[in-house]
Amino acid sequence: MELYAILKLVWAGLLGVLLIGLGVMMGMDMGVGTLLRFVGRNDGERRTALNIIGPHWEGNQVWFILGGGAIFAAFPTLYATSFSTFYVVMILLLFSMIMRPVAFEYRSKVPGNAWRETWDWAFLISGALPMIIYGAAFGNVLQGVGFHFDWTAQYHQDESFIWYLLNPFAILCGLLSLALSIQQGGAMLMIRGVEPIYGRARTYASAAGLVAAVLFVLGGVWIQFIKGFVFTGKVDPSMPSTPLGGPAVARQAGAWMDNFHAIPILWVLPILGVVSMVLASISLRANRPALGWWLGALSWIGTIGTAGVAMFPFLMPSTTNPAQSLTVWNATSSAYTLGCMVILAGIFVPIILCYTAWCFSVMRGKVRVEDVVHDDHSY
Amino acid sequence: MDQGVVDLSRLQFALTALYHFQFVPLTLGMTFLLAAMETVYVITGKPIYKEMTQFWGKLFGINFAIGVATGLTMEFEFGTNWSMYSHFMGDVFGAPLAIEGMMAFFLESTFVGLMFFGWNRLSRGGHLAVTYLVALGSNLSALWILVANGFMQDPVGATFNPDTMRMEFTDFAALVFSDDAQAKFVHTTIAGFVTGAMFVMGISAYYMLRRQHREFAARSFRMAALFGVISSLAVVTLGDALGRLDYLVQPTKLAAMEGIWHTTTPPAAPWTAFAIPDDVAQKNYAEINIPFVLGPLVAHSFSTAIPGIIDLEQKARVNTVRGIKAVMALHQYSEDKDPAALATFKQYEQDMGYGFLAQRYAPDQDLSKLTADNTPAVLDRAARDTIPNVFVEFWGFRMMVACGFAFVLVFAFGAYFSLRNEIEKHPWLLRASMWAIPLPIIACEYGWIVAENGRQPWTVYGWLPTYMSASSHSVGYMIFSLIGFVLLYSLFIAAELYLMFKFARLGPTDHAAPKPLEGGGPLTFSRPGYADKSWQ
Repeated sequence: MELYAILKLVWAGLLGVLLIGLGVMMGMDMGVGTLLRFVGRNDGERRTALNIIGPHWEGNQVWFILGGGAIFAAFPTLYATSFSTFYVVMILLLFSMIMRPVAFEYRSKVPGNAWRETWDWAFLISGALPMIIYGAAFGNVLQGVGFHFDWTAQYHQDESFIWYLLNPFAILCGLLSLALSIQQGGAMLMIRGVEPIYGRARTYASAAGLVAAVLFVLGGVWIQFIKGFVFTGKVDPSMPSTPLGGPAVARQAGAWMDNFHAIPILWVLPILGVVSMVLASISLRANRPALGWWLGALSWIGTIGTAGVAMFPFLMPSTTNPAQSLTVWNATSSAYTLGCMVILAGIFVPIILCYTAWCFSVMRGKVRVEDVVHDDHSY
Repeated sequence: MDQGVVDLSRLQFALTALYHFQFVPLTLGMTFLLAAMETVYVITGKPIYKEMTQFWGKLFGINFAIGVATGLTMEFEFGTNWSMYSHFMGDVFGAPLAIEGMMAFFLESTFVGLMFFGWNRLSRGGHLAVTYLVALGSNLSALWILVANGFMQDPVGATFNPDTMRMEFTDFAALVFSDDAQAKFVHTTIAGFVTGAMFVMGISAYYMLRRQHREFAARSFRMAALFGVISSLAVVTLGDALGRLDYLVQPTKLAAMEGIWHTTTPPAAPWTAFAIPDDVAQKNYAEINIPFVLGPLVAHSFSTAIPGIIDLEQKARVNTVRGIKAVMALHQYSEDKDPAALATFKQYEQDMGYGFLAQRYAPDQDLSKLTADNTPAVLDRAARDTIPNVFVEFWGFRMMVACGFAFVLVFAFGAYFSLRNEIEKHPWLLRASMWAIPLPIIACEYGWIVAENGRQPWTVYGWLPTYMSASSHSVGYMIFSLIGFVLLYSLFIAAELYLMFKFARLGPTDHAAPKPLEGGGPLTFSRPGYADKSWQ
């Protein structure tokens, strides 16, 4: 295999790592945002819940920003096409994402009830909506998206946004992602929280794990009937990165199962997903929140890993012009850019993981209502 | 491509970028000011410097949150609204954005949490290190963003690949060490330092005028004024360097900034201090000229002629003729991979962008429909397009420079009187400092306008026209997102200003300090080791 093809593969893997990192770290904060109104029944409790992730949410959110930046650098055509075709959804995602930093910083700075209630709603919206959209995006690309390119490689959209917003499979995927985030956020609230937040978070998070498992299995059955995409022409993984003039592609029901049939070891991923979700739920019930958190992280690896290998090498298939589908082979950057970025990611991602872990260890320990209310620095 | 959609996309980008850029400079400057204050605290052990770090840190936090929030929009807007740009330039442009995330933004955002929450959990040295990491992170962030922007201004380190129909990255070092990127990085971050210094100085002046938190205010004022004097002189120097770069790299931008319609005749060529440029008639009204200044100002030489807009337009017409051949050959090559077409394309490749400019005015935006009859009109319109709006450039530049010299004066007087301990005797200066708080932000906004309006009609200078870069959305989509941004951002700025005023008025929590002296007696200090300094 040529170096260029290897680099493309490495970046497909790194994309997976980023999307998983985004799910685990940002999903955790989103889960806390979604649960805020339910685990905190009064202002002191809500502030406590917020301060549990207070020192970390900003760092965690960078997974989202880095996700955008890395797709831009490594898969520019995918970045350009997916963000534009999903315009209305992406803008809704952005609106909810930009509420969050402001909500964190401003909510507790003013005493009034109405002020804080308003920001608490902002937390609910900006916690739940991005996770639903995140999952729904996977649901939509699994079904294929209507777009084609003209000779300058400008995309043209062939479908209305209503379809992307409201199609049942995408909603199922969105709910799955929401459930996983509630599980992860609830686990964090248990790790650093005390009663009554602890007990309420336990109830919601352990239920969310089971719901996620059910939705995941349901999605797995559903995918058999969805038309997947397969190459019918000859594929050269080292081809120049352009969606124009690529090999022919056909749509077949159940084609997303082909990789699992060809390489049975891949079944490990969906099994890992379901088992981790169930075990996470059990550990949280059994008051082992740290174990539950790590099992939650494994659930994300199983879920995103399953979707990734099912579609491989497709990234965003086109229903209206399948030969112009975006794949790992035709949507990446040049070999030079991929190479530079691999080196830089190899240096910086481990450093990021180290200092993130250090920050969590500095701030470890339970957060109590009385500490929060008397601390001038808390949210 | 619907021109209305392109204009709405530009409007949205400009609004969101200008909005974001109200908060970024303050973040850049405040992080270093906070680090400086905390350094003094760690070295001297005086608690007042800890109080300063914490109080100014709180105001910093209010600004930081909204800066981060609106920065999210910027990272995603290239994809949501500039798909052709992202495809065409992403191979080069995406890299610095991703590196910014990995190297800078992660650093800044992970440690900013510890900066706020870690006071009681870290040693003094440990916390100081965290504050420095936040400052380093935010300024590295600016570096990578401006490396990305530098590529739009002066595309170095990349070549066009006709097989993938995009610019491809060839030289990492050339991109990072591009003169434009480096000069703009220093100019912009130091503009941030100026903004931070003016912010601290202005709010301190407010306390001094009201005789509140006097020791706190006096020390904050002095630090900010000294920081400001150095920064504002540096920002002007680097601004001059950038002007010279524009003269070398983007002659159209420079000619528009200075309102030069006709190529100048050295050495007497005048610098136009005031004029009302008319973009349609291509001339200035009501000019006030200062002879012999332009050459040394722009080109640092008495013997160099500065090209004027009318001559640049004529030159662009020649480029356009060649560019049309390039684009037609490229189109043919994309369809049949004909090596002859590729050879033709290679011959005219450098002018491809001009061909795309002409394509906009060709019948049905199809260059093959050009005939001997309609070509001259298309060439004229494409060539005219290569000139940015002169009125906006000319006045944007002058507004920025006027702000720049205004705050050099405020800082200089502030530092002088503060060092002589006479600052409280000059309420006019305190009032000026207070009212000058928004000046650096306004200057930054004008700086953005001059840099990016002056780059028009290109997204990447000379290679990709703006009109082609936008996503092919419907007008309805654009109205939906524009209304949403305007509503949300208006609410945010209202909340931000409300909190900023509230907490600035509240002032630092002066637990240890004595009650403020009503009516203002002499400035006295209660802390040991403070009164014996040269202060009164």
